[in-house]
Amino acid sequence: MSVIAAIRPDEWNFPLLMHVLGAFLLVGALVLTASVLLLASRDGTVSQARLGFRSLLFGVLPAWILMRGGAQWIANKEGLENAKLTWLDIGFSTADTGIVVILISLLLAGLAMRRTARDGGGSGLATGAGVLSALLLIAYLVTLWAMSAKPT
Amino acid sequence: MYDTLLVLHMFSAAALFGTVAVYSAYALSTTPADARVLGVGRVLWAIGGLGTIVFGIWLAIYVDGYHPWDGWILGAIVLWAIATELGRRAEIGFTEGADAGARSQATMMHWLRTAAVIALLVLMIYKPGA
Repeated sequence: MSVIAAIRPDEWNFPLLMHVLGAFLLVGALVLTASVLLLASRDGTVSQARLGFRSLLFGVLPAWILMRGGAQWIANKEGLENAKLTWLDIGFSTADTGIVVILISLLLAGLAMRRTARDGGGSGLATGAGVLSALLLIAYLVTLWAMSAKPT
Repeated sequence: MYDTLLVLHMFSAAALFGTVAVYSAYALSTTPADARVLGVGRVLWAIGGLGTIVFGIWLAIYVDGYHPWDGWILGAIVLWAIATELGRRAEIGFTEGADAGARSQATMMHWLRTAAVIALLVLMIYKPGA
């Protein structure tokens, strides 16, 4: 058995590209953030804590904006704003919860960076930010599955 | 079957972006690269590289209307090969003990690989000629 190739209007391509690019960059930046912050919590090095904070600020946050903006754009193009679809609900709920988690992680990572630089005592905060980033990564991998497989 | 192949293909593509993020962080900073973090990037490229090509070609065979010899799929395979080679060259310059010249060249290789990965994504979305 096989499936027939899906065809979509050309004007959907750019918003979809922005959404998918944002999503992939978000997952990639979360991998980096979680790895670096969990290492920072173990090693207690300022450079790792700083890298973790910067990857959240300059990687995860802009990628989330691109992903979420692209999601709204493509949903509007496809007329799905008010559609009741499981995969779409999973996507919007993880995206919208995600920004809160990102902001909390940013706060924790920023504090971890400052404490580590001051007295080397920011490992608990770095662990918190790293664990939150790892949990968010798992949530977005589930979302990636939902967006691809589109369960009803 | 189609859903499984597509999900595995997408997860593999996400892994490639994990590698891009890891190397970008060190390409943009002057801090010495941490071998453990680079290791994460390398493992993700191994998984993502293999997964995208295997599940991508499998999908091209499985889906009616696509063929592995379609222009956009052949283009993607060429881009994938270019990205893999650029990545191999980038990894050499980020290893411990590499001098400034090697690091600078590795940084350029990394950005070229990043451009190739993004071009791959553009090709996958637009599917020119499909």
